[in-house]
Amino acid sequence: MNAINSENLSLTIEGNEVLSDITCQVHEGEFVAVLGPNGAGKSMFLKVLLGLVRPDSGKVTVFGRKPEKVPPEWIGYVPQVKTLDSSFPALAIELVVTGLNHTWQRWISSTAKEAAIAALSEVGAAHLADRPIGALSGGELQRVYLARSFVRKPRLVLLDEPVTGVDTVGEKSFYSLLDDFRHKNKATIIMVTHDWEVATHNACHVMVLNRRLISFGTPAEALCDDCLKRAYGVSITPQTTYCPRNQPDQEDTHV
Amino acid sequence: MSEIFDLPFMQRAVAAGLMVGFLASYYGVFVVQRGMSFLGNGLAHAAFGGVALGLMLGREPLWIAAPFTLIIALAITWVRQRTSLASDTVIGIFFAVSMAAGIIFLSLKKDYSTDAFSYLFGSILAVSTNDLIITGIVLILTMLTLPLWGRWAYATFDRNLAITDRVPVEFDEYLMTALIAVTVVVAVKVVGIVLISAFLVIPAASARLLAKRFAVMTLISVIIGTTSVLAGLSASYLLDFPSGSTIVLIQATIFMVCFLAGRLLRIKAH
Repeated sequence: MNAINSENLSLTIEGNEVLSDITCQVHEGEFVAVLGPNGAGKSMFLKVLLGLVRPDSGKVTVFGRKPEKVPPEWIGYVPQVKTLDSSFPALAIELVVTGLNHTWQRWISSTAKEAAIAALSEVGAAHLADRPIGALSGGELQRVYLARSFVRKPRLVLLDEPVTGVDTVGEKSFYSLLDDFRHKNKATIIMVTHDWEVATHNACHVMVLNRRLISFGTPAEALCDDCLKRAYGVSITPQTTYCPRNQPDQEDTHV
Repeated sequence: MSEIFDLPFMQRAVAAGLMVGFLASYYGVFVVQRGMSFLGNGLAHAAFGGVALGLMLGREPLWIAAPFTLIIALAITWVRQRTSLASDTVIGIFFAVSMAAGIIFLSLKKDYSTDAFSYLFGSILAVSTNDLIITGIVLILTMLTLPLWGRWAYATFDRNLAITDRVPVEFDEYLMTALIAVTVVVAVKVVGIVLISAFLVIPAASARLLAKRFAVMTLISVIIGTTSVLAGLSASYLLDFPSGSTIVLIQATIFMVCFLAGRLLRIKAH
């Protein structure tokens, strides 16, 4: 069974077409990176998969069901860390436990605590368990959110522009954690990202969006020069930035 | 000191005050964390419209104010969920309409009485057995919805995460706003329309300064909400001050103490 099946998906929000005629399939166990310029509808595509937004036309299924009918424990959602309300009084472990219980707990049972600590350990963040979420850095918070999604052993992990930062030496990188989880649990991963390097090296498939589906395939196929030109409107070949220090010394040339 | 609680009107005031103190400080934690402090103000002015309508019709004002405020509260939620307008804008519109309607209702009342003033500023002498019954009903409804604390807290933390976990967030928003609306109405007699929003906000804001967990914040807020009513009503009786303002000033003092305690704790932690 396909993890995701999208047929002619279109979505309009306040008169603006955000997604148009998206047709694609994601197989179970794949790691798909979703790329595209700002405003391309990448996050909106995730919201459709999560059942947060209903498409205007077309059909989308997640494991053969309508997104809003999928049991929540099948999905591990990692939102953008910038959406966090850091004024909310909570400890990291409480956030992880919401992944298990689907509600906020007055107090945490010993079994829930054990499972949450195990999930935090899995992402190298057990030491953050009792820290207030408002005191965590972006990278730390990202790992806590990842633990929250892993703790329910989901079949599908959806990540919206993870901010991974630079990992401490000796720690597993954010992406290898995702990959380990995918292999161990045969999970499917769909990640919205701006990071091409990650898309090229970690994803088995890449989806390039700009309201329409520009390309979908292996990183080499989907990130072809023509596809990127169509998505971003310009050629994205890396260019060297002018920097005076790197230029030949001008005084020397006068002598 | 204890003899003041032997007086029947004081007993009614204390019973109503404790219930209102509990209700306002309990819902206050959601109001504060959802950034809806202005909602309390808006609903208080909606209650003014309802009270004025009751006075004009010569009926018990709170029985009219309760459905009136409830309708305004649900209308605010309905418009907020269906437009991209910020919630303070929506509240601001209904706030002004209710206030304007209230002033017209009062102007239509032939024998312009001082009744309206006791509703604006609160009066412990004015708490009747009827008021106690209405407040008691709201308290029972709140007790029945206590098991929903977890999902309300979850949606307060992150609305989208809660929806993805199939929490009926829209329904809960209507339910919570309706309960806050009736809480505001029953608080009118003790606190007065002008100061109700402080009653919703200050205990919860003080608790936030001390608590690291939302459950603890809720508990501290309720403790502050109820004890400040007891202290405030006693002081109000002894000093012959208006009850609402006395309670709010005591809550403000507690806020200052929590602010200083919070800073001291933080300095110690570093």
